[in-house]
Amino acid sequence: MANKSLASRKQTVIAIFLVVGLIFLIRLFYIQVIDESYTLSANNNVLRYVTQYPARGLIYDRNGKLLVYNEAVYDLMVIPMQVKEVDTTEFCKLLEITREGFIERMEKAKKYSKYKPSLFEKQISKETYGYIEEKMYRFPGFFVQPRTLRYYPKPIGAHLFGYVGEVTQGIIDKNPYYKSGDYIGISGIEKSYEDVLRGIKGMKIKMVDVHNREVGSFQNGRFDSAAIMGRDLYLSIDGDLQEYGEKLMQGKMGSVVAIEPSSGEILAFLSSPSYDPNLLVGRVRGKNFKLLDDDPVKPLLNRAMMGTYPPGSTFKMVNDLVGLQEGTLTLSTRYTCQGKSSSPIRCTHTHQSPLNVEVAIQQSCNPFHWQVFRAIINNSAKGSIRENYVTWRNHIMSLGFGHKLGTDLQYELSGNIPSAEKYDAIYGKGHWNSMTIRSLSIGQGEILVTPLQLANSAAVMANRGFYIVPHVISSIGEKGKKSDKFQKVVSTIDPAHFEIAVEGMRQVATLGTARWYQIEGITMCGKTGTAENPHGDDHSLFMAFAPADNPKIAIAVIIENAGFGSKWALPIASLMIEKYLTGTVKRLDVEEDMLNVKLYQ
Amino acid sequence: MRERKNVFNNIDWTLIILYLVLVLLGWVNIYAAVYNEEHKSIFDISQSYGKQMIWIASSLFLGLVILLTDARFFSTFAYIIYGLTIFSLVVVLAVGSEISGSKSWFQIGSFGLQPAEFAKFATNLALARFFSTQHINIKELKTRLIPLFLMGLPALLILLQNDTGSALVYGSFILVLYRMGLSGNFLLAGALVVVIALSTLMVGTVYVMILLVIFAIVLFFFMKRIKRNIINLVALLILGIGFTYSVEYAVENFLGDHQKTRINVLLGKELDLRGAGYNVNQSKIAIGSGGLVGKGFLNGTQTKYNFVPEQSTDFIFCTVGEEWGFLGTFVVISLFLALLIRIIMLAEKQRSDFSRVYGYGVAAILFFHFLINIGMTIGLVPVIGIPLPFFSYGGSSLWAFTILLFIFIKQDTNRNALL
Ligand SMILES: [Zn+2]
Repeated sequence: MANKSLASRKQTVIAIFLVVGLIFLIRLFYIQVIDESYTLSANNNVLRYVTQYPARGLIYDRNGKLLVYNEAVYDLMVIPMQVKEVDTTEFCKLLEITREGFIERMEKAKKYSKYKPSLFEKQISKETYGYIEEKMYRFPGFFVQPRTLRYYPKPIGAHLFGYVGEVTQGIIDKNPYYKSGDYIGISGIEKSYEDVLRGIKGMKIKMVDVHNREVGSFQNGRFDSAAIMGRDLYLSIDGDLQEYGEKLMQGKMGSVVAIEPSSGEILAFLSSPSYDPNLLVGRVRGKNFKLLDDDPVKPLLNRAMMGTYPPGSTFKMVNDLVGLQEGTLTLSTRYTCQGKSSSPIRCTHTHQSPLNVEVAIQQSCNPFHWQVFRAIINNSAKGSIRENYVTWRNHIMSLGFGHKLGTDLQYELSGNIPSAEKYDAIYGKGHWNSMTIRSLSIGQGEILVTPLQLANSAAVMANRGFYIVPHVISSIGEKGKKSDKFQKVVSTIDPAHFEIAVEGMRQVATLGTARWYQIEGITMCGKTGTAENPHGDDHSLFMAFAPADNPKIAIAVIIENAGFGSKWALPIASLMIEKYLTGTVKRLDVEEDMLNVKLYQ
Repeated sequence: MRERKNVFNNIDWTLIILYLVLVLLGWVNIYAAVYNEEHKSIFDISQSYGKQMIWIASSLFLGLVILLTDARFFSTFAYIIYGLTIFSLVVVLAVGSEISGSKSWFQIGSFGLQPAEFAKFATNLALARFFSTQHINIKELKTRLIPLFLMGLPALLILLQNDTGSALVYGSFILVLYRMGLSGNFLLAGALVVVIALSTLMVGTVYVMILLVIFAIVLFFFMKRIKRNIINLVALLILGIGFTYSVEYAVENFLGDHQKTRINVLLGKELDLRGAGYNVNQSKIAIGSGGLVGKGFLNGTQTKYNFVPEQSTDFIFCTVGEEWGFLGTFVVISLFLALLIRIIMLAEKQRSDFSRVYGYGVAAILFFHFLINIGMTIGLVPVIGIPLPFFSYGGSSLWAFTILLFIFIKQDTNRNALL
């Protein structure tokens, strides 16, 4: 029967079933057991690595006063795929953006990715967020990511603290720690101590569904790491002194640097004109930065380290120290001064003549110091003019001039103590002598110093021969553990010689230009300077330390284009010293004269 | 009472158990696929898994009703059932609701019904009825054309609903025809057609033509029998070349854009992992990441977080693969093979042609779904949206497959009764 033979066809049919089943099983065995790539793809699909941004470390002053802290802000993120119909009008109103701005942002986000979150509006303030938070549920696809921004309770220390900004591609390329969207210290302490302040980013591994919605943590957070906040900094800065200094310097162009001589700790560090550091935070930073950058008085310039000035008369006892060390000058050396008719350098004061070194410092006698300088350079018993100049320069450099001090702030300039080679190049080898470079003896000519170097030289005077590299950090993490990484630099001048220079500086304050600004109960040693400025009016300079016998503060004040050192720099320095040593300023008349004066246009 | 006792004595419990195991495994996997933290209970009827429970319960009831119905009812009313189904297919075209591109649903409130699902068993009944009439000779043209018409009519109507997948199912009846005496060459030709079509799309018309010519020359020189039939060989060659052309022409002119892309992706011509290739790729990732023993019940991430589309319906096999690994997929494939083979074995034992043909039809339909559905999840077959029998979520398909299978089980109980 035909049926009989057809019945055997069931075997063919069953064989087809089995072959298909077998093909399926082989294929499944391959993709499930042999090929590992699918497991990897599955993880990539489902895991979202969410960076946890740490708050930066806080910054305190030497007395534990909070100078810099953080405020929570919120980055509004958007996942274009999830955005449903939005009441654009209301949304824009909430965010204070325009309709065009909304469309533009959405287009940008879509261009980046429809599925991944991208930044819609950055750094929404806590207040604004509080206002929109309860309405967020009506805007699916949007969510916020908390960040922190710097906040400064007082508008001081702009140049000191520097600012924080978003990393650039250049930084990312160089340092793999940083990822797009991270913040980084760009200048000041924020840059110097970036590694300490930034903290450690954390990572949360979240599981997401196909719409990129978070659906929970991966393996109960077993592989998550929390963000670790940056470590706090305790600065050597005295917040009150800094604030007072900035108040005094308002309307004046220049700089004030104060140092504790025994430790090298910087007490005040300011450059004027300054700006409120809160201006360079968050959303307004770009706009404000441009305004400040375009300002002709250059508020962004850190004059304390990047401004270089001829030291003028404040340099005279430095020159004397070299003479004393080289033996060409002694306490009994007397030079004559013909006052205004002196040659080659005139004297700007009227005083006894001949005079010794202490009186010469007190009277700031130009001819005396020129003769001291000439004696050093022309000392043929010691060597050639060039050799003697090199010796002179080396001594000067050992006092902290002409090179970077190595402070813990960024962008320090070296100033300038010209090298012999430099003069060879200008005048030809053997064609220059003490006469050619005589301006150096009174702190003019090619010589340039920064306010920081000048303050440091006051510390050297106070310490009678050495300085600790100036720095703004006191301790990291907790208060009191002082850093010992800043080295002591001993000058090439015998400490005994400093007593003579210091005596001269004491007389400046008691008998000389500074006697009108004595502080009750405190002996100050100082030296004014009026630096000739080829570009305009003279700069007003003053450097000092106090008290004379147990110095607690060394200070330099430079006011640009303000004329005599005694007129502006000296009183401001004396007020700073009084403020620091006594806590309050009693000479209100002096204070009144200094405040509310605008010396530049 | 007597009859009922009779029924349960004669039931093939192997089929019933296979059916129950598949349905329950399906339910558990639907639960895992769309598991919702807020609705942890598998009985929560606000969720698909809760709804599936209702579909399962009602299916069991349907099954029971069929078992208690007189077996002759189905052969007697086969054409009428077929006619009613065809009618409903026409009606749905006119008044049906469109769901995801297919106008194939009767929507009554929140309750949707797909007549296309029921047309499968109805067509099978009609075919069985046709072949059970006396004096059938498959060699006659008329005997070939009537079944083709019976299969083609619902397929055409379903095609008009824009449900290509379900329409293709009717092609599976070729297995029935084969069993009824259709030459094996048709099966072979069918397979060859598929191979030529695929390779045409994959490597291009020119290469396939060259291959065909080379193949013909090889046949000519090495097979003596063919040497004598050179005219036939040339005719076949021309036919083959003509076919390659028409495939390309058809794809270019008749297929919609999304079907074209799907085919291209399957063939590896397009790598569009976010578009059409996305489904297949995600499906393979889900299954592939299951490993040997799987990630464990409810621990699948790819399916649960919606990376795999339609994870409770067409792509339910992904959950099996991801959570139960190769062991799971092995078990499920084995269960399906066991079911299919058991049906064929039982069909061969049938005394009545109606039951035998019907049995083959059941196996053919189930096999086709098995082939297409699992094949597509592992990237061996283009994405064609048809459910995995008993596994996929959905009332219409579960009811339809239950009815399909239980009519056969009922027929089988009568095998001995007719003695
Ligand atoms: Zn004089």
